[in-house]
Amino acid sequence: MSTTPAIPALSKTSLNATHRQLGAKMVDFGGWDMPVEYSGLIAEHMAVRTRVGLFDVSHMGEIQLRGPEALDAVQFVSMNDASKLSEGQAHYSALLTEQGTFVDDILVHKFSPNDYLLVVNAGTRPKDYAWIRQHAQRFHCHVSDYSAHYSQLAIQGPQALALLEKLTSVDLEKIKNYWFVWGIVCGLHNVLISRTGYTGEDGFEIYIPSDEATTARVWNEILEAGREFDILPCGLGARNTLRLEASMALYGHEITEETNVFEAGLERFCKLDKPEFLGQAALRNVLQDGGPRRKLIGLEMIERGIGRDGYPVCTLDGEEIGVVTSGSPAPFLKKNIALAYVPVVHSALDTELAVKIRGQNVRARVVPQPFYRRPKKQA
Amino acid sequence: MAYPASYRYTREHEWIKVEGDQGTVGITDYAQNSLGDIVFVDAPKVGATVEAGKVFGSVESVKAVSDLYSPVSGTVTAVNEELNAAPEKINSAAHDSWIIKVKLSKPAEVDALLNAADYEKFTSEETGH
Repeated sequence: MSTTPAIPALSKTSLNATHRQLGAKMVDFGGWDMPVEYSGLIAEHMAVRTRVGLFDVSHMGEIQLRGPEALDAVQFVSMNDASKLSEGQAHYSALLTEQGTFVDDILVHKFSPNDYLLVVNAGTRPKDYAWIRQHAQRFHCHVSDYSAHYSQLAIQGPQALALLEKLTSVDLEKIKNYWFVWGIVCGLHNVLISRTGYTGEDGFEIYIPSDEATTARVWNEILEAGREFDILPCGLGARNTLRLEASMALYGHEITEETNVFEAGLERFCKLDKPEFLGQAALRNVLQDGGPRRKLIGLEMIERGIGRDGYPVCTLDGEEIGVVTSGSPAPFLKKNIALAYVPVVHSALDTELAVKIRGQNVRARVVPQPFYRRPKKQA
Repeated sequence: MAYPASYRYTREHEWIKVEGDQGTVGITDYAQNSLGDIVFVDAPKVGATVEAGKVFGSVESVKAVSDLYSPVSGTVTAVNEELNAAPEKINSAAHDSWIIKVKLSKPAEVDALLNAADYEKFTSEETGH
């Protein structure tokens, strides 16, 4: 008998074989065997900024809360005010610890007054599901993990609407940002079509049945219909640079169980005045004690160099004051950008700081966020 | 991708072309392909000394940093400044995009490097293909 601990097998989305056929470079992402890039990260990033790109994000989790007290449960475990949602509307929110730090960030979709769908991150899904079940115990509702039932595809970019219109009878123009409908897509009935995304562009996320034949067919039909728009299949590499340009937080980087809502600058999604929720008391205390001590800032490198995740941030005198949470070249902006935590006193716009890159202090400037904002649609 | 037979290779995926006591160093096609879009090359200055098997610089893609290991010991005689403005040249032609030129101080070190056939075998073992 072997005493070697078994290496847990990587989870796969139902499109795994399709990605491999396309020649995708695959990586282990939070225990999932996922495509990091197909034709090239920069080309994929630019496709989404200028045309349209297609992502397999089926690794994301879907947890449903149903029952007469489903709303009360959602309200208790998440920081945004779900009572303000209309049927067919979604919002950004987060699950918080008692300390007001992050268990995960989530999207909450209101299906009906007694029925909510929470879309959660892949790597945190088991933890989130256990967390929600534990804290929803006193409410009359079912908590169900439907992650294996859904495959999620993201169609993102200025041409996303024109592309998806070819494959559905739904009037997509009528779906406002962060709203969703049920409709026919590629002949499939009752597909959840949500005008959401994680790229800073217009776009849609669709939730389809997760069997291999269906997902491969829909994936290929979207690519085929997208040919006239020069669509590219896009991997998690481009998804990361796109969300970073748009200053969107990534769990495990900007938001963790060690960072609170105010530090992360996400207080606009946290409604302290709603009924009791996890983390509320701790966050009120943070405010009473004068607010957060450190803040998430956007940095743009001034000197030649790329500040990356985990690199120290220093003052120009060389005093180490913080750390980069995400840093990368920004393919569309053509700058080297980073998000970093620093003490509030060093967080003012235009402050010059330095990122320590392999022992060298390379100058950077605090700049407004988001780094990238998509152009307003022409009237 | 064919690996030029006239080059020698390291297990860290650098190539070197040796002519007399002059060596020209770059990274292999296998390396550029694993890195993806290259956006930054950090090379030493002319006159710097490099040592066989030791880090002499780095190359960065959008998503990763990779150290450069010198195949030989010697003194840097030239740096390919063209890569500052166009590092992506390494992606399109890795075996023609040199990073530094080195005056070899121990030419015998070259004998310890892999030849093209052994390097190709080495990369196929690394990927399992």
